[in-house]
Amino acid sequence: MRAIVTVIGKDRVGIIADVCAILARNKVNVLDISQTVMQEYFTMIMLVDMLKDSISFDEMSSLLNDAGRELGLSIRIQREDIFNAMHRI
Amino acid sequence: MITSGEILQTIEMIDQQHLDIRTITMGISLRDCAHPDIGVCCGRIYDKITKCAEKLVVTGEQIEKEFGIPIVNKRISVTPIALVADSCETEDYVPIASVLDKAAKAVGVNFLGGYTALVHKGFTKGDLRLIRSIPEALSLTERVCSSVNVATTRAGINMDAVAEMGRIIKETAMLTATDGGLGCAKLVVFANAVEDNPFMAGAFHGEGEPECVINVGVSGPGVVHHAISACRGLPFDDVAETIKKTAFRITRMGQLVAQEASKRLGVPFGVVDLSLAPTPEIGDSVADILEEMGLESVGTHGTTAALALLNDAVKKGGVMASSHVGGLSGAFIPVSEDAGMIRAAERGLLSLEKLEAMTCVCSVGLDMIAVPGDTSAETISAIIADEAAIGVVNNKTTAVRIIPVPGKGVGESVDFGGLLGKAPIMPVHPSSSAGFISRGGRIPAPLNSLKN
Repeated sequence: MRAIVTVIGKDRVGIIADVCAILARNKVNVLDISQTVMQEYFTMIMLVDMLKDSISFDEMSSLLNDAGRELGLSIRIQREDIFNAMHRI
Repeated sequence: MITSGEILQTIEMIDQQHLDIRTITMGISLRDCAHPDIGVCCGRIYDKITKCAEKLVVTGEQIEKEFGIPIVNKRISVTPIALVADSCETEDYVPIASVLDKAAKAVGVNFLGGYTALVHKGFTKGDLRLIRSIPEALSLTERVCSSVNVATTRAGINMDAVAEMGRIIKETAMLTATDGGLGCAKLVVFANAVEDNPFMAGAFHGEGEPECVINVGVSGPGVVHHAISACRGLPFDDVAETIKKTAFRITRMGQLVAQEASKRLGVPFGVVDLSLAPTPEIGDSVADILEEMGLESVGTHGTTAALALLNDAVKKGGVMASSHVGGLSGAFIPVSEDAGMIRAAERGLLSLEKLEAMTCVCSVGLDMIAVPGDTSAETISAIIADEAAIGVVNNKTTAVRIIPVPGKGVGESVDFGGLLGKAPIMPVHPSSSAGFISRGGRIPAPLNSLKN
């Protein structure tokens, strides 16, 4: 299942590394990353693939939420379908 | 691939503009629960609801988590209880309301609609028993919602039912006086009621509906408001286009959630209801959209035209986004549930008469309106008759959800809390309608041809 991870927050060293480490530990494959920094605000969008041996979506979502709270960032994971439905015919 | 801009736009809609799925409502047929013994009937009703909707709430929460979109309410609508209970050998239907409440609590839904009678042409014995039990049923239960259909375009207006509902609303208010007449917030009087409406308090599972069905109601006044705030100074063509595009996006999301819920629950998908349903939260208001179009306050001249444009553009945008559109589909204007409407009503800028005019061009009708506690039953009936006439003549659904707040008068307000919000008490016309209402009988169905 493909999903979108978005990370939004104040820029600092190591955000990409931290988030990627969580994904890698839980066998979630990163397919694409784009990121920008606008006025100190860091925005990263990752397209990821939840593989058969990845942890469940629920667990992944809670892990990222918790990590976000710890790192002072907003991190969320959403299924790709919602964006496709909203923006593509 | 989807662009970053699009992803961030969706997230902004959810985070800052209150985009949500307002409700996933499971319609459940209770026709097979009928039994002469009310105890057996109640047992069957409880078993069927708790079995069908066992996984409704947890499935809704799962979808919410995976898609990252809030699903505010999970609800149930059932077959009009007057039909189910008609064969019960009892005068008192309140035990059925209690069992519905118990079942709603057991499965974790916040409202269950369908304590309903359809009496647009006349009453059966069961209809009368149900209607007369409404005040007690609504005062003893927490989550049960009731509705009565008193008119249709084909049958005309049942004025006996209209008169009766005035009295029932007064009695319901008195029995729930300690909560400001809260019972009346769970009671809707309809003309041309629809069978697949997922929104409360007027939801019921109509006769033409399948065994079990999933209907979804989308919302998003905040998103529409945000979108048209970028159209300041532009002509209405641009405003309408913008609303259409926004409604399309919102509805696509509703359709996705509806299909996903239907698949996971193994229940057929019914309709997506394209309604702009406000909440009392700031930034989630239909009134704000109308004011964004250039009105100083909702309720002033031009409000009806602005609402007509909004309502039509929402439907045009939404229709293409969903495989099946139904329910009420239109903009809601509940006074107590919309921060902008509350503001205008408190300042005396929004009158009952203007609201009535607005209901000619939008969904539903006089919704969540608080009036003085000493308003007579006949005046309430006459307000219902006026709304029913608008619905019947214009071939549309109209409704009245009105609260004569016990012990309160104009200038005061009543606070129900949560989604039901806070309503300033609005004045009603001082002249009596008693002679009109006491006539009874039926207002004949209107002519639907010779339209020139």
